[in-house]
Amino acid sequence: MLEIKNLHARIVDDGTEIIRGLNLTVKAGEVAAIMGPNGSGKSTLSYILAGREDYEVTEGDILYNGQSILEMDPAERATSGIFLAFQYPMEIPGVATMEFLKVAMNEQRKARGEEPLKIPEFLKRVKEAAASLSMDMAMLKRPLNVGFSGGEKKRAEILQMKLLEPKLCVLDETDSGLDIDALKIVSDGVNALRAPDRAFLVITHYQRLLEHIVPDSVHVLYKGQVIKSGDKSLALDLEANGYAGVIGEAA
Amino acid sequence: MPAVQDTIDRVRKIDVDQYKYGFQTEIAVDKAPKGLSEDIIRFISAKKDEPSWMLEWRLEAYRRWLTLEEPTWARVHYPKIDFQDIYYYAAPKSTPGPSSLSDVDPELLKVYEKLGIPLREQEILAGVQKTDASELEEPSDNVYKSGRVAVDAVFDSVSVVTTFKKELAQAGVIFCSISEAIREHPELVQKYLGSVVPTSDNFYATLNSAVFTDGSFVFVPKGVRCPMELSTYFRMNEKNTGQFERTLIIAEEGAYVSYLEGCTAPQRDENQLHAAVVELVALDDAEIKYSTVQNWYPGDAEGKGGIYNFVTKRGDCRGDRSKISWTQVETGSAITWKYPSCILRGDDSSGEFYSIAVSNGYQQVDSGTKMIHLGKNTSSRIISKGIAAGFSQNTYRGQVSAHRKATNARNFTNCDSLLIGDQCGAHTVPYMEAKNSTAQFEHEATTSKISEDQKFYVMQRGIPEEEAIALIVNGFVKDVIQQLPMEFAVEAQKLIGISLEGSVG
Repeated sequence: MLEIKNLHARIVDDGTEIIRGLNLTVKAGEVAAIMGPNGSGKSTLSYILAGREDYEVTEGDILYNGQSILEMDPAERATSGIFLAFQYPMEIPGVATMEFLKVAMNEQRKARGEEPLKIPEFLKRVKEAAASLSMDMAMLKRPLNVGFSGGEKKRAEILQMKLLEPKLCVLDETDSGLDIDALKIVSDGVNALRAPDRAFLVITHYQRLLEHIVPDSVHVLYKGQVIKSGDKSLALDLEANGYAGVIGEAA
Repeated sequence: MPAVQDTIDRVRKIDVDQYKYGFQTEIAVDKAPKGLSEDIIRFISAKKDEPSWMLEWRLEAYRRWLTLEEPTWARVHYPKIDFQDIYYYAAPKSTPGPSSLSDVDPELLKVYEKLGIPLREQEILAGVQKTDASELEEPSDNVYKSGRVAVDAVFDSVSVVTTFKKELAQAGVIFCSISEAIREHPELVQKYLGSVVPTSDNFYATLNSAVFTDGSFVFVPKGVRCPMELSTYFRMNEKNTGQFERTLIIAEEGAYVSYLEGCTAPQRDENQLHAAVVELVALDDAEIKYSTVQNWYPGDAEGKGGIYNFVTKRGDCRGDRSKISWTQVETGSAITWKYPSCILRGDDSSGEFYSIAVSNGYQQVDSGTKMIHLGKNTSSRIISKGIAAGFSQNTYRGQVSAHRKATNARNFTNCDSLLIGDQCGAHTVPYMEAKNSTAQFEHEATTSKISEDQKFYVMQRGIPEEEAIALIVNGFVKDVIQQLPMEFAVEAQKLIGISLEGSVG
């Protein structure tokens, strides 16, 4: 589903190269965990996948279902099925969460040539999804992410993911700022979405999240490259021994 | 969020030319010779069949105007206006004066139809009863079609028709053109005209006093709640012609009225002058709500053409516990110079100013309000949202003052500015002055840029760039939009989306 080939990318503003020849393949149905120390390029990778303009791809390609996505803007990538759950979701003052959900869902439907959802159907879907994440409907009347706690923001991200039904889900440090209960709810939400035609890229610092969302593969990112790949035992190994060993091995 | 969706749809349909009211109409006109002199003023006064006191009033204003200098303190720049190069009077030939609907030139009716303002009472009334499903689905699309609004239609220098006059008269409400009021209700006009904005007030108000041509007159007697929304729709059509409207609204003790003005003009290369004066008078316990959706032609993408909108609007809370509320959505004009104000004279009176000013292209906006606290326990509230895009400059200029007798005067001011792109500017110039130690003034101001982070986040959910910006902007202005009558709120949201078209790229 996702094929990243020899990707090089830099920050447009100052030319700093962050991704330096990254290769990664994720198959449909797979949950791939991306781990790595601070500054290894994990969040940058998620932004580049979603099409953020602050980064420029200088070499290599990103293929999604066999097609290069480099020329697509963020909205086009989103409607093609790529979803990014942000580490720091943005506040949108004055726009009720409910309204935002409706606009987003209907824009994506429009891009696919489908009719906008009828209001009762829309409400039904939102209610079900919110209930499964233990979210209060009253919260959805508030402006999106404005005054939400860290946990509420992350839940709102997963709620959007559920409703938009993407095919490639990129989760950027979704566990940061979550207490154990919230972590469980969010992880259950993600697990419920696992499907043979859907892939996940789970970016995290810690093994903790991977106890809840068990990955099929684990990849260690360091200085903009995948330096080691393995199965879930690699994550346990990292937890126990830190990154130093893996980095030393690669160097 | 149907309004945003609709904004998007409309923006998409609009091609290069985003100003959809830019058409002009070929209509035979009766014009005064070009330029300004005592003779021209006599000409205008004679055309309107005015009593001699009115002519004298005009001439006095004109003589004073000759001694005044054009103000330069606003943050706007434009070439000097040649006041002799303007026509001060232009009227469609077929309408010699106030007429019934059946006398109105069908061409004119077509113009208003095209602007979305049908001027046919019967059909409007029929529309109220006709509530089949298709109409129910879209009740908010066009308030003028909903049949709950009486309209005074002003075309260049004259009012062509005023609808629902009879129905309003039954409630005791007078709604007519100012020209008609001068003839039919001279005692009211003489009592109130110039009592809020004196002829000597400022350069443009003085000019207006000399040459004003038409506008609306509203009188709501004691204890009456005006049974419907009142509205004036101003249309400038003739080339090189200035529009000098004069509006006077009086709410007697305990009366209530909600009034809305709208305006459009054809697309022309040269600039046109619009210098209006609006006066509101609220007596004891009266309330006036005045809303404006200003959509004059803003000029083209290079900044050529467009309306110079130099307007003096002021409300006098003359009575105790009276209330005046201004709500404005400003999207048009090449230059806007406008400060709807409240004089809080009565004890316990209150004033409000809610404003959205959107500027794009090369538009220049210098707008805000004055809240003058004179009475005891007076309160005022200012919410201003400025949105600048393109190469535009957007200034909020406000003054809040408490007289030494204004004990317990209170004001809350909130000015937020939003910048789209990095070629535009937003400026906030608040003046505050309290001569009474019990006054409490609060001021909040923010300037923000639509961050790349925000835009990226919204787009990541599948919402294309222009729609993403429209969504963020509509969120930004929500507090003010909520103050508009609901149907107008939808219209205003659409207009904001259209005004910002082409602001990204």
